[in-house]
Amino acid sequence: MAKVTVDGIEVEVPNGASVLQAAELAGKEIPRFCYHDRLSVAGNCRMCLVEVEKSPKPVASCAFPVADGMVVKTDSPMVRQARRGVMEFLLINHPLDCPICDQGGECDLQDQSMGYGMDHSRYRENKRAVKDKNLGPLVKTVMTRCIQCTRCVRFAAEIAGVPELGATARGENMEIGTYVERTLSSELSGNLIDICPVGALTSKPYAFVARSWELKKTDAIDVFDAVGCNIRIDARGPEVLRILPRLNEDVNEEWLADKSRFSVDGLKRRRLDRPWVRRDGKLVEASWREAFAAIASQIKGRDPARIGAIAGDLCDAESMLALKDLMAALGSATLDCRQDGARLDATRRDFYLFNTTIAGIEDADAILLIGTNPRREAPVLNARIRKRWLAGAISIAAIGEEADLTYPVTELGSSPQALAELRRGDGAFAAILREAKRPMIVLGQGALRRVDGASVLAAAWALAAECGALSADWHGFNVLHTAAARVGALDLGFLPGAGGKDVAGMMAGGVDLLWLLGADEIDMARIGADTFDFYKGHHGDRGAARADVILPGAAYTEKNGTYVNTEGRVQRSEFAAFPPGEAREDWRILRAFAETLGHRLPYDDLPALRERLAAVAPVFGRIDDLPRRGVVDLTPPAADPAALGAEPLVPAVINYYQTDPISRASPTMAACTETHYPAIAEAAE
Amino acid sequence: MTEMATKSHDHGHEPAIFAFDAESEAKIGEILKKYPEGRQASAVLPLLDLAQRQMRRVSGSAWVPRVAMDAIAARLKMPPIRVYEVATFYFMFNTKPVGKWHLQVCTTTPCWLRGSDAVVEACKRITGIRHFGETSEDGLFTMTEVECLGACVNAPILQVNDDFYEDMDAATTGKLLDALKHDSPPPPGSMAGRQASAPEGGATTLTTLDFAPQPAPRGGE
Repeated sequence: MAKVTVDGIEVEVPNGASVLQAAELAGKEIPRFCYHDRLSVAGNCRMCLVEVEKSPKPVASCAFPVADGMVVKTDSPMVRQARRGVMEFLLINHPLDCPICDQGGECDLQDQSMGYGMDHSRYRENKRAVKDKNLGPLVKTVMTRCIQCTRCVRFAAEIAGVPELGATARGENMEIGTYVERTLSSELSGNLIDICPVGALTSKPYAFVARSWELKKTDAIDVFDAVGCNIRIDARGPEVLRILPRLNEDVNEEWLADKSRFSVDGLKRRRLDRPWVRRDGKLVEASWREAFAAIASQIKGRDPARIGAIAGDLCDAESMLALKDLMAALGSATLDCRQDGARLDATRRDFYLFNTTIAGIEDADAILLIGTNPRREAPVLNARIRKRWLAGAISIAAIGEEADLTYPVTELGSSPQALAELRRGDGAFAAILREAKRPMIVLGQGALRRVDGASVLAAAWALAAECGALSADWHGFNVLHTAAARVGALDLGFLPGAGGKDVAGMMAGGVDLLWLLGADEIDMARIGADTFDFYKGHHGDRGAARADVILPGAAYTEKNGTYVNTEGRVQRSEFAAFPPGEAREDWRILRAFAETLGHRLPYDDLPALRERLAAVAPVFGRIDDLPRRGVVDLTPPAADPAALGAEPLVPAVINYYQTDPISRASPTMAACTETHYPAIAEAAE
Repeated sequence: MTEMATKSHDHGHEPAIFAFDAESEAKIGEILKKYPEGRQASAVLPLLDLAQRQMRRVSGSAWVPRVAMDAIAARLKMPPIRVYEVATFYFMFNTKPVGKWHLQVCTTTPCWLRGSDAVVEACKRITGIRHFGETSEDGLFTMTEVECLGACVNAPILQVNDDFYEDMDAATTGKLLDALKHDSPPPPGSMAGRQASAPEGGATTLTTLDFAPQPAPRGGE
């Protein structure tokens, strides 16, 4: 530890820390452009200059290591003078287009020029102009505004793992770009917009849409994958205009994946804004009363066992509980949340959770991925694995489809048989796994939705037990979910009860009446022709197209919802904008409908509903509180771990950009599909 | 290499493929040996130079096309952009085709004081090139402006491909370019006839010293 005095405040920092870190510890804010906590130090903007006693010149605090007894001044006349000089240089070539710049109002350069800029320029020369680069449908570039801090270059190479950006040429001709025109091939490219301190990289879909100070900001939870990224929804009036990540070190750090960030335009398209009822084979507009009556007439006198319910992937826990309570009131146990038919074992919570936790990935020393492509299924979690890989001393292997995950992976074959080989101890990785102190096994949904899914789960658990991944202080068995609603639904027991049918059983006439709660990922053609189905959701997607009655619900930005992420972390998302037209919050619809049937659900408002949530599953009482767990119970899942098939494993997500009703309605995501998966886009046309 | 990629890249004249020939391959082996295992990316500078020399040998124009940078990136297992960064940073690598004779005129202060403007003017007059960076219509010459070549004692300098021609003026530039046109470059060095950077017209100091062997000093051992 080194003792450093910053502006008279003595702080103790670890050896090797930078002067900037010491200053931050002392509560002194140092202006910076190129320095970023999560990136390597470049030291090229020079804005962070400070005065160090006995040093003849100001030093760049971000790159200067502390020494014991160092005396630092962060606000002396020399420092201010130096920073003014730096700012003047930065502004030589920076255009004065703040009024038309999308970064305006949230621009580091703008803010810092208020403190260190001059009111006029001493330069008469022309400013340089730089050709804009095309980085694809998400990131807009205005390269003339670039101050060459190289944050984007470092982000692409270090965090995103796609070293495609660089600084070419030199001096006044230096440009940031890809040299050869190409789209940035990253699912995290939107973060470049956040990381750019000026308006050089801005959001293409959001260009000229709003100014930051007009927006109402709401804290929410992302639902496009099961990571549960913390987000901030920026809305103006009834319109959600953009989504930004919110800091949560345990979940998403400060990153957000592209689908979560750029699908917002899908919230305005193909929305269900009024109830619809099918009459003579055609959907016609209806009032709430008519829609409720249409459903009630179908339910009355029906055998309860012939009524089923399926919960979708974007549902909040509140609406799923309301539907479960309604089904219980009707007397049916036929409910399921596993649209994809994943053979999850819900008998114990750690059979279906990402037990290591996302932050826990950083402690792992060997990772085995089974039937998953985390880059497509959970890009932010994948960035965490990459972060762990960058730290060194780790082996990562995969069973399943070969893919570029942004870190090197040992391919162990494509079928679950490789799992059996690992259990027998065949191959080099089997030894690595056994020697590892904190091995991690990650099971994807692609491995579970197969006929032998339950056996794969059991074999993975057995392997985890054999290689020491299950101990009192380390839980290395992980299931990586792709649906934001899934863990919450499993926690609530949204599963077939005694005598109930699962999703497959409900298909092909297995039930007469089917509730689809935002369920769009099942094959609608498999629903029996005579099955009468009600779809309650927010988008006119596959489910609504097949439905006989449509009840318009609220999207995730339009309700107060509780979501449980793949780790089992319970998080609350807040209401940001009203749902369109007649649409209402889902649990309210269900409660109102239950009342028309004469079944009064035991809650009238959100707090009461949440109390009931916590009563049904105590985890819902612990918001954002996720203790690191070891294994308490070593009893394995019930299935036979030896009954493994030989079919190759296929990851759950093929086209990252379009996985749910919202992203399928988003033109931006369609453009991304066209750019990144041209074959899929062509097939869809 | 797809056709699309070539088109989107506006450097023109981009060849479709590049592969190191046998002569280069032999040298690559030698170069890579100099770097410890895992540090092969350090060889990016010598390999870029090798590619540029191969291009001169094969096509007559010493430059590094994009495809060559890609080949180097693949060979050194580094992302292509890292090679582009290096190649565009150094002026010695030409990322556009150049003429057979690459005239690199130094115009930094010592050369300029000693009359580099006249050398530039002569180059322009004889080759028909109007601005730095251009190639003459016959494709023989490209003239670029370079910073200090480190031979200020014999300023001004005109570097042609790898060779320094020193003590240039308008007349000697004319003679040199004429010889180059006829494909018979004179030996490099001072065009004013002096030896290395010795004074013009012979030695001016140490003229009277006797360089006969001297008796060894005594008692030194």
